[in-house]
Amino acid sequence: MNAHGTESVHKQAKIYKIVGGVLFAATAATVAAAEWHHLGITLGIFVAVLIAVFKGSLVARYFMHLSAERKLIYWVLALTAFFFVAMIALILWTHGDQQGQPHGIFTTPPRAAQPAATRN
Amino acid sequence: MDTHHHAERHDELPFWRRYIFSTDHKVIGIQYGLTALTFLFFGFCLIMLMRWQLAYPGKALPIGFLTRWLGDARMPGGVMAPEFYNQLGAMHGTIMIFLGVVPLAVGAFGNYLVPLQIGAQDMAFPKLNMSSYWVYFVGGVVMLCSFFVPGGSAQSGWTSYPPLAVVNPTVSHSLFTGQALWLTGMVFLITSSLLGSINTITTIVQLRAKGLTWMRLPFFVWAQLVTAFLLLLAFPPLEAAGIMQLMDRLASTSFFLPSGLVVGGKALNVSGGGSALLWQHLFWFLAHPEVYVLILPAMGIVAEVIANNTRKPLWGYKSLVYSVIFLGFMSFIVWAHHMFLTGMGTTINAFFQTTTMIISIPSIIILTALILSLWGGSIRFTVPMLFALAFLPMFGIGGLTGLPLGLASADIHLHDTYYVIGHFHYVVAPGTLFALFAGIYYWFPKVTGRKMNDALGRLHFWGSLICMNGVFMPMFIQGLAGVSRRLYDGGASYLHAEHVLILNKVMSHSAWALGVIQLIFIVNFLWSLFAGRKVESDNPWEATTLEWATPTPPPHGNFLAVPAVYRGPYEYSVPGSKHGFLPQHQPEEA
Amino acid sequence: MSAAIEIPYVSRERPDTGLYNARLGVWLFLASEVMLFGALFSTYVLLRTGAETWPSGAEILNVPLATLNTFVLIGSSVTMVMSWASLQMQNFARFRLFLGLTLLCGLIFLVAKGFEYHEHLVHAELPSHSTFFAIYFVMTGLHGLHVVVGLIVNGYLWGPGAKMWRTDPTRFTNRIEVAGLYWHFVDLVWIFLFPTLYLLPGK
Repeated sequence: MNAHGTESVHKQAKIYKIVGGVLFAATAATVAAAEWHHLGITLGIFVAVLIAVFKGSLVARYFMHLSAERKLIYWVLALTAFFFVAMIALILWTHGDQQGQPHGIFTTPPRAAQPAATRN
Repeated sequence: MDTHHHAERHDELPFWRRYIFSTDHKVIGIQYGLTALTFLFFGFCLIMLMRWQLAYPGKALPIGFLTRWLGDARMPGGVMAPEFYNQLGAMHGTIMIFLGVVPLAVGAFGNYLVPLQIGAQDMAFPKLNMSSYWVYFVGGVVMLCSFFVPGGSAQSGWTSYPPLAVVNPTVSHSLFTGQALWLTGMVFLITSSLLGSINTITTIVQLRAKGLTWMRLPFFVWAQLVTAFLLLLAFPPLEAAGIMQLMDRLASTSFFLPSGLVVGGKALNVSGGGSALLWQHLFWFLAHPEVYVLILPAMGIVAEVIANNTRKPLWGYKSLVYSVIFLGFMSFIVWAHHMFLTGMGTTINAFFQTTTMIISIPSIIILTALILSLWGGSIRFTVPMLFALAFLPMFGIGGLTGLPLGLASADIHLHDTYYVIGHFHYVVAPGTLFALFAGIYYWFPKVTGRKMNDALGRLHFWGSLICMNGVFMPMFIQGLAGVSRRLYDGGASYLHAEHVLILNKVMSHSAWALGVIQLIFIVNFLWSLFAGRKVESDNPWEATTLEWATPTPPPHGNFLAVPAVYRGPYEYSVPGSKHGFLPQHQPEEA
Repeated sequence: MSAAIEIPYVSRERPDTGLYNARLGVWLFLASEVMLFGALFSTYVLLRTGAETWPSGAEILNVPLATLNTFVLIGSSVTMVMSWASLQMQNFARFRLFLGLTLLCGLIFLVAKGFEYHEHLVHAELPSHSTFFAIYFVMTGLHGLHVVVGLIVNGYLWGPGAKMWRTDPTRFTNRIEVAGLYWHFVDLVWIFLFPTLYLLPGK
C-alpha cells in the first residue's frame, strides 16, 4: 500500500478533493429535497435515504479506500450489513405482525390512541 | 522495522508491570481465570442462599452469623425478604454469565491458548489486551458495589425488562441505584468484550505460524474465532439499549416506557410513547448469540481433550468447522424465540421457530462428531477426559430440551417455567462448566509445570456429576407441572405445584452438596499450585497441538524458535510414527 | 529468552491477507460500531412507526446550523484523508497542516452542536420531553462523544504522537490511516444521522 508512487498519490489527492465537492453538492441537494413537501412522506424518506447512501458510498469508497480493500474486509462488512438489515427488518416485522391483527408485515397496526407523547 | 520503542527485557520489568499491568497474554489469561473463578464461586454462593428460601419458604436461615451480617433489611428475622430474593436472582444470572463463564471461557482460555495454538508470540494488540482485562475488572467491581447502595442491587432479572427495571424498586434519578449500576457495569463489560474480540480475530487471522492454514487450525481456535465474531457484532445493540435504559432511569426519557404508566398508584411523569418490546429485541439480539458464546469455547475444549485422550483424529473435522461457522451465523436470526409470548403474530413466530429449528442442526452435527470421535479410540480415562465425556450427554440433554422451547406452540406451556431454567442450566452447568473444568485439569500442567491431584479430581468429577443432575433434572418435572420461574416461594402458594414441591428440597440439598464438592476442587487447585507433582515433560499428555511445543511454563514470547506447521492438529496413532503421534510443528520424521 | 517480543505485521502487510494488524483491527471495530448505531436507527424507526405524530426536523431543530455542521464534517473528512496522502508524499509539514485543519473542523462541529443543545435546554426541550427528543439527544450525543474521542486521538497524533514520524515513518503513516478510517466513519454516521433527524418529513 505504501508502494504507491508519488504521482499516483497526487492523482489520489485530486480525487479526494473532487469527491469532497460532490459530497458538498449532494448535501445541498438533500437539504433542498427536504423542502419539496409535495413529495409526501414515503417518497421523501426514500429520497433522503437514497442520497445518504450515495454520499456514504463515496466516503467509504474513496476516503476509506474500500474500493481497493482486501476481500476479508469486504466479507466482514457484508456480514455486518446483513445483520444490520436483519435486525431492523425483523424488529419492524414483529411490530407489524401482531396477534389479533390482520396479517400486516411492515405495516403499522391500528392501535388504541395513546395519550399525546409529550411530557408536561 | 517492527521494533518497539523500549525493548526492555521482560524479566527486568518491575513487579507491577510484570504481574499486574502485564501485556503478556498468558499473565492476562491467568488474571482473567482467577478473577472469573472467584466470581463463579460468588455467584454460586448467591444461589445456595436462594435455594434455602425455595426449599424452606418463610423459614429463618439457621446460619446466625450470615443472617446477622446480611442484616434486617435483607433477612428480617432471618427470613429472606422478597426484594432480596429478587436481587439474588438477578445478580446470580448476571454474575455467572458476564463475570464468570464468559471471562473464563473467552478471557482466560482464549487469551492464554489462542496465541500458543497458532504459534504466535502474543496477541496482536498486547496493550489492548491488558486494557480489556482491567475494564472487565472495573465492570465487576461496579456490579459488586451495586449490592451496597440503597435499595440493593438490580432486582428485575438478569434480563432487566422495562418498565419494571426502570421503576424498580423506586423511581429514582440517582446513578447509585442497583439497576443504574448494573447498566453502567454492563457498559464496561461490553466494552471489555468488544476490545477482546477485536484482538482475538486479528490475532487468529494475522499471526498464524507458517504452514498453519485454516483447515489445520485446532477446533478450539475455530470455536474462539466464531465466538469473537458473535461478541463483536451482537454486543453493541445491548450497549445501545443499556444507554437508553440508563437514560430512562436517570433522565426520565421514555425509550421503553409506554404511555399511561401508573406506578404505585401514581401516574408516571414521563412523555410515554416508548416500547417495552424494543428493549426485549435489543436485549435478546445480544443474549441469544451470548448463549453460543457460552457453549462454543466449551465445545472447543472438549474437542481437544477428546482427540488427545482417544489417541485418534477427531471425526469430521470439516463438518465441525462448517457447522460452527453456520451456527454462529444463524445465532443472529433466532432471538425472538425468547419472545414467543409477547403477542407476536403467527407469521413472525413461524419465522423464528424455523430458524431456531434450523440452528439445532449444526449443534447436533457438532455433538455427533464429538461422540463419533470416540468410536475405535484408545480411550484414556484421565480426569479431563471424564469431564469431557460427561459433557456429551449433559449437553445432549440441554440441547434436546431446548427443542420444545423453540417450538412456539409448546413454548406457550413452558415459557417462564422451571423447564427453561433446567434447559439452560444443563447446557451451561454440566455442559460448559464441565468443559471448563476439563480444560483446567488438562492445561494446568502446561501453565504451572505441575499436575493436579488425580484422586481428588475424580472425586470432584463424580460428586459434581451426581449433584448437578440432582439440582437440574427435577426442574423439568416442575416446569412441565407449570411451576413458574422467579417465584419467591418456589411455587408453595400454587395448587398446581403442590405435588412437585418436595423437589425443591431435593434440588436445594443437591445444590448445597454441589457446593461442598467444589471445595475439593478449590483445595486441589490451590494445593497443586505449590505442591502438585511436577511434570517430567513439556508434553505430559502426549498432545499434538502447538501449545505443548513450548517450555513449561511458557516464557515471555512463548516459543524458543519460531514454529512452523507441517500437518493437521490431530495426527494421533499415525502408523510408523516414533511416539505414536505427530506434533504439528515437527518436520517429517527421517 | 526474555527479550522484548516482536509482533509481526505491525507495519508491513502479511502476504496472504494483504493487511497490517491495525487495519484489520480498526475495520472490525467499525463493524461493531455499525451495529451500535444500527441499534439506535432501529430504535428511531420503531419509535417513529409506533407514534401517532412525529415532528419534522424543520419544526423543532436548527436545520441551517446542522447543515453547516454537515459541510464542516465532510470538509474535515477531506482534510483527514489529505493529511494521510501528505505523509505518503513524505510531506510532513502538509500532513500537520491538514490534520490541524481536521482538528479545527472537529472543534467547530462540537461548538455548533453545543450551541444547538444549549438552545434546546433553555427552551425546556429535554430528552424527557418526547421520544423524538430522546432519540435525538442519544443519537447526536453518542455521535458527539465519538467526535470527542476522534479529536483526542487526532490531537495526540498531531502533537506528541508525531514524533514517531522520525523513528518509524511507515508505522506512523499506518496510524494516521487507521485514525482516518475511524474519522471517516464518524463522518459516515453523521451523513445518515443528519437527514434522519433533521430532514425527514414528520407525520
